[in-house]
Amino acid sequence: MKITEAFERGEFVVTAEVGPPKGFHIEHMLEEAKTYLSGITAVNVTDNQSSVMRLGSLATCKALKDEGLTPIFQITCRDRNRIALQSDLLSAAMFGIENLLLLTGDHTKLGDHPQAKPVFDLDSVSLIHTVKQLESGVDLGGNELVGEPPKFAKGAVVSPCSDSVDAQLAKMERKVAAGCDYFQTQAVYEPEKFIQFMEKAKQFGKPVQLGIVIPKSVGMCRYMNANVAGIHIPEEMINELKADKEKTKAGITGVEIAARIIRECKPYCQGVHIMAMGWESKVPSLLEQAGL
Amino acid sequence: MLITQLKSKETIASLVNGKVFIINCQGCKEVSFPEKEAAEFQKKLSAEGKVTGIITTDYICNPENMKLRLSYHQAEIDAADMILVFSCGVGVQTIAEYFEDKKVCAACDTYPLPGFQGVTPLEYKCDQCGECYLNLTGGICPITACSKSLVNGQCGGSKNGKCEVDSEMECGWERIYRRLAQLGRLDLIKCPTQIRNYATDAEVSETK
Repeated sequence: MKITEAFERGEFVVTAEVGPPKGFHIEHMLEEAKTYLSGITAVNVTDNQSSVMRLGSLATCKALKDEGLTPIFQITCRDRNRIALQSDLLSAAMFGIENLLLLTGDHTKLGDHPQAKPVFDLDSVSLIHTVKQLESGVDLGGNELVGEPPKFAKGAVVSPCSDSVDAQLAKMERKVAAGCDYFQTQAVYEPEKFIQFMEKAKQFGKPVQLGIVIPKSVGMCRYMNANVAGIHIPEEMINELKADKEKTKAGITGVEIAARIIRECKPYCQGVHIMAMGWESKVPSLLEQAGL
Repeated sequence: MLITQLKSKETIASLVNGKVFIINCQGCKEVSFPEKEAAEFQKKLSAEGKVTGIITTDYICNPENMKLRLSYHQAEIDAADMILVFSCGVGVQTIAEYFEDKKVCAACDTYPLPGFQGVTPLEYKCDQCGECYLNLTGGICPITACSKSLVNGQCGGSKNGKCEVDSEMECGWERIYRRLAQLGRLDLIKCPTQIRNYATDAEVSETK
């Protein structure tokens, strides 16, 4: 199923993401996904997230699909040129994978193979354009595809709490012009900034899913504030996590905070995307507390 | 070494908006500058009454020298709506740096040739990509100013205006965005999707 169909039905669309392991044994990951994520609309599979080499996104998407889940194939431009990207898109179509999240990707220097050549032959915008072109039955080189062309729901990301939010909106507009169907956002901790962003972003008429990362600990918050682009966790929120160490460790406080953010932002967006980062087991209680 | 090649006449004509001040650089002897075609084109523009002045000089990438040269032409520059530069990408970027509120356009594309590079100050980098983007980016090169060489806008990786790869390096696309805002040309950020053509240098080597 295409995620765009759920948006068209007016559903508040819930997705979450899983990161493939460094290795090829995915029984545990599949079990967790089936247990905690089977009730939601779709599951993103990250593509060598943070430039750390792992099991492939496409193969993991296929495995999730075989288990009855709806995967969203994340593709970055860091590791493949336009030939390999298009080839993988056709492979996805062959497996019946219909949802994409198209990204530029982190630089290779940030990951565990800093010596690797960063590709970036295409970027998020030209990758969206490429998918659109394949859908018209022609590849980026102008050559016709054999048979019925693929059809995808084309997603992209935007960073609503970025310190350069106007430049982000300009990029979002370029993605829409290139053919993007829906957006997932960077993790939001400042609902008022997100709401202001949505006031401007609604002119593009594309569904936007609020990005959520459950805050696990004070250390994690401090790390993200110092290192992760587009994220600022307010001091009061960090103090909430400080207040009761046991409650925080059990994930109770983080889930409360995340649920509160979702409730505040829900009237302004069309869905939520949860990046659980190993806390997949907390997703059901988060959704319950958020009233979803 | 490098080659500067005139952009197509239609492309240059589409850049010209109002009155133009023209700068030609014939500095590096290594550069095969399209002198004749450039002169022809400029003559035609002058005949149409669109040119406020022309400087033909060498090494426009030498900032101190250029500052002095430009000061002699202040009135002509003030009378112009934009500045059209016939040089390699380094020259265009040097000139763009002088004029905060005047649009500076590149009339040439720059291609590499093997051999000695000539004199170029390090702070302005031209990758000799063969399809100069400076006209879309306010005179700041996205190929060299962005660590991913992105041509369709910033990635999501900048933090406090700095690049995800190097916390000392300003995000090139944030610089471009600010520059275009200053020029009142944010419309350029909405240009059609750009896709790089890595075949350009091969074609040049074959045809030259």
